Amino acid sequence: MRLARHIRRRTDAVRSFSAPTMPVAKRHDWLSTLEDADVANLNARCSKIIEGADAKPYNRDWMDKCEGKARIVAQPATTEEVSAVLAYCNEKRLAVTTQGGKTGLVGGSVPVHDEVILSTTRLNTIEGLDKDTGVVTCGAGVVLETLDAYLREHDFVAPLDLGAAGTCTIGGNLATNAGGVRFVRYGSLRGACVGLEFVKADGTVVDCARTSLRKDNTGYALPQLLIGSEGTLGVITKCCIACPSLSPFVNVAWLACNSFDEVRKVLTTARSTLGEILSAVEFLDRGALDATLRAHPDIEDPLETDAPFRVLVETAGCDATHDAAKLERFLEAIDVEDGCVAPTTSAMNALWTLREGVSDAMTSRGFVYKYDVSLPPSTLYDLVEKTTERLEHLDVDVAGYGHVGDANLHLNVCDVTGYREEVHALLEPWVYEEVARSRGSISAEHGVGQCKPEYLHLNKSVEAMDLMGSLKKVMDPHLILNPYKVLPASVL
Amino acid sequence: MSLKRVLVGVKRVVDYAVRVRVAGDGSGVELANVKMSMNPFCEIACEEAIRLKEKGLCEEAVAVSIGPKQAQETLRSALAMGCDRAIHITTDARLDQGGLDPLAVAQLLQKIVEKEEPDLVLVGKQSIDGDHGTTAPMLAELLGWSQATFAASLNVDGGTAEVERETDAGTEVIKIQLPAVVSADLRLNAPRYPKLPNIMKAKKKPLEAIDAASLGVDLTPSIVVEGVAPPAARKAGVTVESVDDLVDKLKNEAAVL
Repeated sequence: MRLARHIRRRTDAVRSFSAPTMPVAKRHDWLSTLEDADVANLNARCSKIIEGADAKPYNRDWMDKCEGKARIVAQPATTEEVSAVLAYCNEKRLAVTTQGGKTGLVGGSVPVHDEVILSTTRLNTIEGLDKDTGVVTCGAGVVLETLDAYLREHDFVAPLDLGAAGTCTIGGNLATNAGGVRFVRYGSLRGACVGLEFVKADGTVVDCARTSLRKDNTGYALPQLLIGSEGTLGVITKCCIACPSLSPFVNVAWLACNSFDEVRKVLTTARSTLGEILSAVEFLDRGALDATLRAHPDIEDPLETDAPFRVLVETAGCDATHDAAKLERFLEAIDVEDGCVAPTTSAMNALWTLREGVSDAMTSRGFVYKYDVSLPPSTLYDLVEKTTERLEHLDVDVAGYGHVGDANLHLNVCDVTGYREEVHALLEPWVYEEVARSRGSISAEHGVGQCKPEYLHLNKSVEAMDLMGSLKKVMDPHLILNPYKVLPASVL
Repeated sequence: MSLKRVLVGVKRVVDYAVRVRVAGDGSGVELANVKMSMNPFCEIACEEAIRLKEKGLCEEAVAVSIGPKQAQETLRSALAMGCDRAIHITTDARLDQGGLDPLAVAQLLQKIVEKEEPDLVLVGKQSIDGDHGTTAPMLAELLGWSQATFAASLNVDGGTAEVERETDAGTEVIKIQLPAVVSADLRLNAPRYPKLPNIMKAKKKPLEAIDAASLGVDLTPSIVVEGVAPPAARKAGVTVESVDDLVDKLKNEAAVL
């Protein structure tokens, strides 16, 4: 039950670790350039247009790795305005990048060149909650934490939670099929999303958010097409999310493991002994732990052991006594170096801060190469070890952490001296190829964005990529929606 | 010379992070289906007792709690932190409001003190539900013992203790004779997390249950709760258009200029 969590905006001091401009895809020559007349026209169609210097922050991604050159940001307040903006841009062949909370890690929500930014943040109405079904209907721009707080008032909870909850929007979560720490409990957002309203590139509003039914097998599941499409197929304007009931009794155990095999055994035991109350299984290695402890001097690791792994196991249930009994059985069944249970909510929050603080801690220390991969659990940690070995001579910090319950590894390499071509060249495409060799996914939950289209083939067959290209052309024939993202130019 | 025994009072309260709700009938704060934890100040008192033991300054730390059956979970936490045994004074009366009077709480503890004969009683400075802050002073008075409330540090030396107390104007250091009652304030220490082996050991440590009604204390409440209501919702702020606007509002609406 973590409340106010916000992504810390990095200071200018930190920005001194700036990367050289990331190599970007060449601008599509079939796209028009925004003229003054277009701005005037869009102003007539959309109640808020941001221009000039005020548009600059919308152009830069959170990690300061990607920066676009959009002249204007359209911030529509209604679906009709979204439709009007898209219809105009489609007719004039003006490219559009849809943006939510801008917390993505693959540069998907900022323009690559001069695309018009379409910010969904004013589509932030929570229409209501059906208490019988647990389905909440809300605008795409509602901030995840705001939605969760609303749901908690009614004894429900959002089916996903992630470190950026205070900033990211539900529309962005859907567009990127965000994962997070509740995946192990509630599964993919795909399962929870029972309806979407979206706008096609030509401005057509497709309303599949009319009902809050949990089951509806009539025809193609169009919302599924939009989930994870990263703004390339349409603009999500409204959604219906099936939400689980709040489990008010939360416990957090913090364990020290001597090997990744031990970590895996903890997971297996957690699944079998905790069952339905298991709500998160996260891990950190020594590199990640050291970074987060350094960034949070007010928090101590309650375990005074050099063991190289920490595992955070969370339970959430609706019967304190029953949950405590299960937790006890779990603690008895595991064989770990050391462990403890957070006695209070503040202690739980402190342990969660250690886990969720890793990403920020790495980013604030230097230039970070971030990888988010799925791998078979048995070989998951090998990638971190291989990376450490490969970069041993370069004096960089390597950290592995993530959602061990979903076999999702976050591999971070931090270079305190800033960006170095040498490091980059050793990491890419090597990391992606290494993952592909292990039959893993090069993007477990962060998406493809502008950082990985050229590696998509490592996970998708030629036929699959061709079909993606065909679908793209059906939904967005003039290819104005979030160009240079997700799909490599070769399939268009 | 080390103390023979330290008695620690621990109370089960609604977890501080829970957004409390008032029951529909306005009778009190809703306790059903709400996460409960050890009162944070009791946790600090408990930690201090265990530290005294670890420093070899006392031989035994005994935790005591008054409450329903589930108070045993709080006592198990105290045992997992490192207390040696626990005493559960059982009652179904509410302990936050309108159930057991603060005086009855002190009197029940007095009975346990008379039985256990500790050299020192440690309690939290207040519980975060009832917020009375009366247990330590009342208990000291009933026993005729020294008291040191709002302790920020505690140094036990034979038959005396030096206590740094939090006051509104800073801290003061006092020296008291033992036996004494000391109440823990926030800065006294940072409580530990119960570790795995100790959680397991805690299950086997002795926990004695005593019916509150059997201790010869008048448990009839003298405080009547007439009604409980949530605080009024705060009005949303407004964005002022200009500095002049702001000055005008500060002068005329807020009347602070």
